[in-house]
Amino acid sequence: MDLEEAKEFKERCTQCAAVSWGLTDEGKYYCTSCHNVTERSKEVINTGDIPNTKIQAINRGLKRKRKFEKGWDWYVCEGFQQILYQQAEALKTLGVGPELKNEVLHNFWKRYLQKSKQAYCKNPVYTSKRKATVLEDNPSHSDWDSEPDLLSDFSCPSFVESGTDSKPDGHTQKPFPISRTSQSETASICSGSLDGVTYSLQKEKGIVKMTVPRTLALCYLSLLWQRETITLSDLLRLVEEGHIPYIHAFQRFPEEMKLYGRDKGIFAIESWPTYEDIYKKTIEIAKFLDLPRFPDITEDCYLHPNILCMKYLMEVNLPDEMNDLTCQVVKMTGIGEVDFLTFDPIAKMAKTVKYDVQAVAIIVIVLKLLFLLDDNLEWTLSNIAEKYNEKNKEDKPWFDFRKWYQVMKRSIDEKKQKWEEARAKYLWKSEKPLYHSSIDKGVVYKRREMVVNLQKQFSTLVDSVPTVEKKRPSSFQFNWTEGDSTRTCFHGHGLQGILKKKGQSLTTKNSLYWLSTQKFCRSYCKHVTTYEESNFSRSYQFIINLFSFLLRIKTSSLHEEVSLIEKRLFKAKYSKTKKKSRSRKGRK
Amino acid sequence: MSDFSEELVRSKTEDEQEESCMFSGTGMSFPWLQKHIETVATGGKKEKDFAQTTSACLSFIQEALLKHQWQQAAEYMHSYFQILEDSDSYKRQAAPEIIWKLGSEILFYHPKSNMETFNTFADRMKNIGVMNYLKISLQHVLYLLHHGMFEDANRNLSHAETWRYGEKSASQEVLINLIQAYKGLLQYYTWSKNKMELSRLDKEDYAYNTAFQNMLNHSGKMSVNLCTLIQTPGVWDPFVKSYVEMLEFYGDRDKAREVLTNYAYDEKFPSNPNAHIYLYNFLKREKAPREKLISVLKILYQIVPSHKLMLEFHRLLRKSEKEDHRKLALEVLFGVLDFAGCTKNITAWKYLAKYLRQTLMENHLAWVQEEWNSRKNWWPGFHFSFFWAKTNWKEDKALACEKALVAGILLGKGCRYFRYISKQDDQVIKKKIKRIKKSVKKYSIANPGL
Repeated sequence: MDLEEAKEFKERCTQCAAVSWGLTDEGKYYCTSCHNVTERSKEVINTGDIPNTKIQAINRGLKRKRKFEKGWDWYVCEGFQQILYQQAEALKTLGVGPELKNEVLHNFWKRYLQKSKQAYCKNPVYTSKRKATVLEDNPSHSDWDSEPDLLSDFSCPSFVESGTDSKPDGHTQKPFPISRTSQSETASICSGSLDGVTYSLQKEKGIVKMTVPRTLALCYLSLLWQRETITLSDLLRLVEEGHIPYIHAFQRFPEEMKLYGRDKGIFAIESWPTYEDIYKKTIEIAKFLDLPRFPDITEDCYLHPNILCMKYLMEVNLPDEMNDLTCQVVKMTGIGEVDFLTFDPIAKMAKTVKYDVQAVAIIVIVLKLLFLLDDNLEWTLSNIAEKYNEKNKEDKPWFDFRKWYQVMKRSIDEKKQKWEEARAKYLWKSEKPLYHSSIDKGVVYKRREMVVNLQKQFSTLVDSVPTVEKKRPSSFQFNWTEGDSTRTCFHGHGLQGILKKKGQSLTTKNSLYWLSTQKFCRSYCKHVTTYEESNFSRSYQFIINLFSFLLRIKTSSLHEEVSLIEKRLFKAKYSKTKKKSRSRKGRK
Repeated sequence: MSDFSEELVRSKTEDEQEESCMFSGTGMSFPWLQKHIETVATGGKKEKDFAQTTSACLSFIQEALLKHQWQQAAEYMHSYFQILEDSDSYKRQAAPEIIWKLGSEILFYHPKSNMETFNTFADRMKNIGVMNYLKISLQHVLYLLHHGMFEDANRNLSHAETWRYGEKSASQEVLINLIQAYKGLLQYYTWSKNKMELSRLDKEDYAYNTAFQNMLNHSGKMSVNLCTLIQTPGVWDPFVKSYVEMLEFYGDRDKAREVLTNYAYDEKFPSNPNAHIYLYNFLKREKAPREKLISVLKILYQIVPSHKLMLEFHRLLRKSEKEDHRKLALEVLFGVLDFAGCTKNITAWKYLAKYLRQTLMENHLAWVQEEWNSRKNWWPGFHFSFFWAKTNWKEDKALACEKALVAGILLGKGCRYFRYISKQDDQVIKKKIKRIKKSVKKYSIANPGL
């Protein structure tokens, strides 16, 4: 009989033409002056875009309405479950096997709930035990395809008992102790979820709290477990390009999961995920989940450096022939070994290889081996290659570093510019604004409306064709074609000009090498070395910038990775000639 | 890893600080400084990418505006609006003004924009927060006036005038006064149109009376609207001018004089040459005694010694009986000719030539020397070079003659300017040159030895 709620219904009564509506217990409108009951019910008007089945479910009164913000009772972990579900679905549409979602991620999540004592354990943190019991009783729900329904499904029984007035009082009291109900009422003032306040205050030692960035860490863990062909940098790029829900993930929660107050701090994200951060969180979560050793990364896996190097050689338009050299470096340094590559969270020093960064670092080293990159030799070699190519137009062309540099420089600058523009144009705020409390709700909504209106006005000034088209998901960012001079493809170019025969094998013409780092940091700080750009040759700077932009990582972390692999490659030299600025390198 | 990056950042900023110490005196600009300040403002906390987006967006908009790429600017504006929802309340509150400035600029120039879009935008921006209502209203009015929408502008001013929000802060009160004054200015516009009509009508005409009454109505409102603002310290030239014009029209000379005197002499008002010019012109119309006019121009002379009224000032001083006035008359002339913009002012040179002769005739050599001493280092190069002699002779012979006389008197007949002009063989002004030669011989201050 809530007259307040019926205010939004503005039609005239068919009997007496008055506009004065009340709500019946079934949620239908009735006229307060002539008591004519309409066929229209409140829910239909509010949620017109929801399929019929759901409306019926609501009309039956299965969902208990809460006073402050009409919506379902839900827990924070359910919100994360929603996000993970969306992310898993997105990965599936990107072509990842369905096992990832149904088995791996699902199991990881269950394990997480158990480890963080939220479910699947003897004393879960929630007094209601709702989730735990339901999930245990329904093993069939391991199929997440029907997840949103599943969510409502397993919350139904409890809602029926507490929500409808027809049940005798004694019955309602049983599953829901009074303390809980009152708690939920107070909590509802500060958060849409039942435990938003307690969740954000909770600081238990030894428990890794779920956060939105950590959902990505979980996704990456499952990808790693499945040895899928998506690296961490790929994953983050897909997030950035909007193919995997992240920043606006909470917007796709079911209508009835209302978010406000503390939920804002938990689910609203105002930063892009960074490689280092998600990498750290991945290890942290794997340790927290106490996961066993991951499936072996063998030579036929995508994440093996040999294959990844091939991929990145193609991506940055370098000759295929370089792959032989990368493979050699991998072999010499031993970073292609299964034990080195496979992630083992319970090992003493849990760390996982940054597969993509490592592969790229190997390419940098090979470039240094071939061209020295001292701002001198690479250009001399380019001159030779250029002359040869001019004379022998029919033959397979020699790789010309200068030409490659020109093509790459232009392409990467263009890409970077576009990337920066897209970042500057990114719209962070959600369509449904989040507010802290009912006090500022009006203000927040008004502000949102204002922004929308202004945007609408200015969008009429912009050409109807959106300048930032949504990119199709791809593991490659560049596309090289033969013929087009601005996108010349160097894949088929040869290395003859740079290599020479020595007995049976080929060696590089260039016999010099310089180490990216002479000093490694030995103190307790976690970094390996520093990268002061201006200390290095321009070619090296260019290469480092190019690759770190491709992977969206910091230049310093790529430099570190290069240094670490060099340390393995020149182990002997390191111990002997630590002080020499340039070490002469023998033939490998 | 993050420790490491922070260290890098720290070491970098330290280096830069050293740099700033080294170069701070040379007036170089340091683009990094702005960034440095921005990071300090966030208290060392890592900036969210949201903030990065908005600040990058802002610089893209500024760049686009600079290049007149209104289309691109509008595109970035679309994204920049989200700063109104920034969780940082400081930024959120500063945003409407920035958005208004950028947005109105874009809408003013954008080919697809029109009056309607601009008006909608202005109305929206007025109502974001409370601090910008008046400022935006006023700028909106100026936009409307620019497009000749007189009625709309007037209506907007009336709206703004009646707008109140709680306790007005001091700054808002000035704005309200300003808005009222603009209203007064619009009334002045109507009033002077009526005045024009009136001048065309016959006094016996029936319409004359109504028109006069009409004018009177406007003038009443106008004086109310203008009065308050004019009393607040500031530069209000157009308002003062129109107010005085109206007062004079109705013969209220005392009030007009009071307003102008207050505007010129009240120490709370910023120094404003126009205030003295208005007062001077008013007094001149009133035929005030010379002494009074001189005292007004004396102040103007201190503010703008190169003003064109200075020649008038010189004439007034020249006629004065007081000796110090006559000395000042010489000073004023030299002062005028110190300015590059006045070098070809023939009247000034004519006056100087004449007055130098007169002064020397009256045996005030000391006055001339006093003025000349500070200038003898640079005037020869500045006014009396061979180049100038040639150009002046080519462009304006009369000017060249006056200058030659001055040069001769000040530098002696040996000076290049004088020599060049005196050697010219021109039939028309042969006599004149002869006279000049004579004068120089008689009065030159430079050649007692020769």
